[in-house]
Amino acid sequence: MPRGSAPQPPHGPAATAPQRECLQQALALHLPDIPAEVPGGSASALLPVLHHIQDALGFVPPALVPEIGAALSLSRAEVHGVVTYYHHFRSAPAGRHVVQICQAEACRANGAVALMAHASARLACAPGYTRADGGVTLEPVYCLGLCATGPAAIVDDKLRARVSAATVDDWASRFEDAR
Amino acid sequence: MNLLSMLYLSRDAAAVAAGADEVSEALRDAAVARGDVLNHVRTGSRGMLWLEPLLEVETPAGRVAFGPVTAADVPSLVDAGVLDDANRLEGLRDTLRTHPLHLGLTEQIPYFAKQQRITFARVGVTDPLSLDDYAALGGWAGLDKALAMAPPAVVDAVVESGLRGRGGAAFPAGIKWKTVAAAVAPRKAVVCNADEGDSGTFSDRMLMEGDPYTLVEGMAIAAVAVGATCGVIYVRSEYPHAEAALREAIARATAAGHIGAALRGRGPEFRLDVRRGAGSYVCGEETALLESIEGRRGVVRAKPPLPALHGLFGWPTVINNVITLASVPRILADGAASYHAFGAGRSRGTLPFQLAGNLKQGGLVELPFGVTLRELLFDFGGGSRSGRPIKAVQVGGPLGAYVPESQWDVPIDYEAYAAVGATVGHGGIVAHDDTADLAGLARYAFEFCALESCGKCTPCRIGSTRGVEVVERLVAAPVSLKGAQEELLRDLCDTMVSGSLCAMGGMTPFPVLSALDHYPEDFGLPRRAAAGDR
Repeated sequence: MPRGSAPQPPHGPAATAPQRECLQQALALHLPDIPAEVPGGSASALLPVLHHIQDALGFVPPALVPEIGAALSLSRAEVHGVVTYYHHFRSAPAGRHVVQICQAEACRANGAVALMAHASARLACAPGYTRADGGVTLEPVYCLGLCATGPAAIVDDKLRARVSAATVDDWASRFEDAR
Repeated sequence: MNLLSMLYLSRDAAAVAAGADEVSEALRDAAVARGDVLNHVRTGSRGMLWLEPLLEVETPAGRVAFGPVTAADVPSLVDAGVLDDANRLEGLRDTLRTHPLHLGLTEQIPYFAKQQRITFARVGVTDPLSLDDYAALGGWAGLDKALAMAPPAVVDAVVESGLRGRGGAAFPAGIKWKTVAAAVAPRKAVVCNADEGDSGTFSDRMLMEGDPYTLVEGMAIAAVAVGATCGVIYVRSEYPHAEAALREAIARATAAGHIGAALRGRGPEFRLDVRRGAGSYVCGEETALLESIEGRRGVVRAKPPLPALHGLFGWPTVINNVITLASVPRILADGAASYHAFGAGRSRGTLPFQLAGNLKQGGLVELPFGVTLRELLFDFGGGSRSGRPIKAVQVGGPLGAYVPESQWDVPIDYEAYAAVGATVGHGGIVAHDDTADLAGLARYAFEFCALESCGKCTPCRIGSTRGVEVVERLVAAPVSLKGAQEELLRDLCDTMVSGSLCAMGGMTPFPVLSALDHYPEDFGLPRRAAAGDR
């Protein structure tokens, strides 16, 4: 039975031309990597394709989900399932600045829980959410492999070690200045 | 333009996060201001992470360390002559010897000198991506030996070395390889599990960033041993520096003919690829990892069939952790007996311990099995960073037990730790001081399990959420009602240990029960008389 051969129109806005182009680039890059003799092998391009799209667009537009499925012989449900299973993938754009603070044990041992509370108050953003004005996304993450120099964080894709409340205050003022 | 001093600065993510790139830029600017070109190599990290960014200056006596260096320290280091070639030719300048960040010869810093660097021998020393550096320091010797041997002899060497899986499960690597080698199939694969999600661990990351060719060589040897023609390294998305290092290393090693169509230009085909994870802890479980590579949600598979017989795309597959595979080149190069000579009991070889959390001197310490936690915490770690007493130490990641002080003198090997209800795991050691609330940490263990459970089996999917609730009720209950909640909690843990499909649900009770057994007062329970713990 052919799967995913009839893309359903998604709810919400249709995919834009640049989004479609991005998907085509991703497919051109990652589909040829799959050995032909692998049964159902095109599905194994799914994560690389999703990464390519998110790296380029900042999120995986839900409107692209049926088209991704059609291209990889997957159902819309299978692609949606993967996008929503993995914490890394976003279905909506993040804020202009993204602050991710590690909340795992090693950083907890150095005050990461209090640090998250401070960041939440200082950035006026609840952990796990994007502020209403789209200025900041604040997220917990679980281990960045910087466990000897915690608390650790990623701010706009840059790794940071030995983060303190004062460091968070610096970011907050920098974000304000840049508005 | 003058010849400048030879400098080394780490490119490890932990050094970069602490400002190594800014130090590099400041040094470059200082050199340019003098009309010179900076002469520096970005190495892996020596593993003394509390000293990062660590700057090393080459002298006739060896490399001399300065750290932790910030960009703001660069002008004073330049004034003291850090850029002067006299350091390399005549010895370290006196003005540098008296600089406040001067640490002496790197390899004589006790933290480093007391280690036995086997798997991490090159990390922090070489340019991680230089094929010349790799070959000059013994690279490819193990693969060359393997190519000259009959494949079953390669498997035997790994069996005889006593090497066990370093990812946590500690299954004998050679036995796994033997199963794959014996399988008859048109295609086989070697998969490297680089989904190092345990909090408190970073040895995989440091090796991939600091000596990626060792991992490439280890995978190639595994491929020769079992007859595999393709390999995949599954690296977590939280490790972009490691992923970049691996991709570049594979491209260079392929272009130079070390891997690809013919190993070392004369052996069998072995093609290597990198796949990026997407932030799912359970993908560190080998069958969930295979699901993820195949393009599905990271849901654990029921075993059997074993991945060794029915793994990636149904092919017989070797799946090993980064450190396991990276230990193999040395085993082949120097012989199984030389590796087997290290260690204690049935735990052979060395383990790169990772000192993390509330410690003054966090970092990577490679030592043979048999060292005690007390030695690691105090002789290496220097005690707590906060200066307060260390209360609890979680060994082996989020699924490992909290080890109380009464057990800190147990020599660390897989069996000795199992005997006291603890796990060595991947060698992560997270210290907490006396402000830690073990009931809160037990609750967090369940919270994390609820967040990361793949959902396939009920004890883990439902039990994790019920666990959060019952810990909260136990803590809040009046003393007279605590007994019933404690019984419920222990019963839940028993169900999860016995009924879960993989270690996620099956081991989450380890930190919980160890917290309850050794720190009952944190739950508002009385200390047990004659419990024999702590």
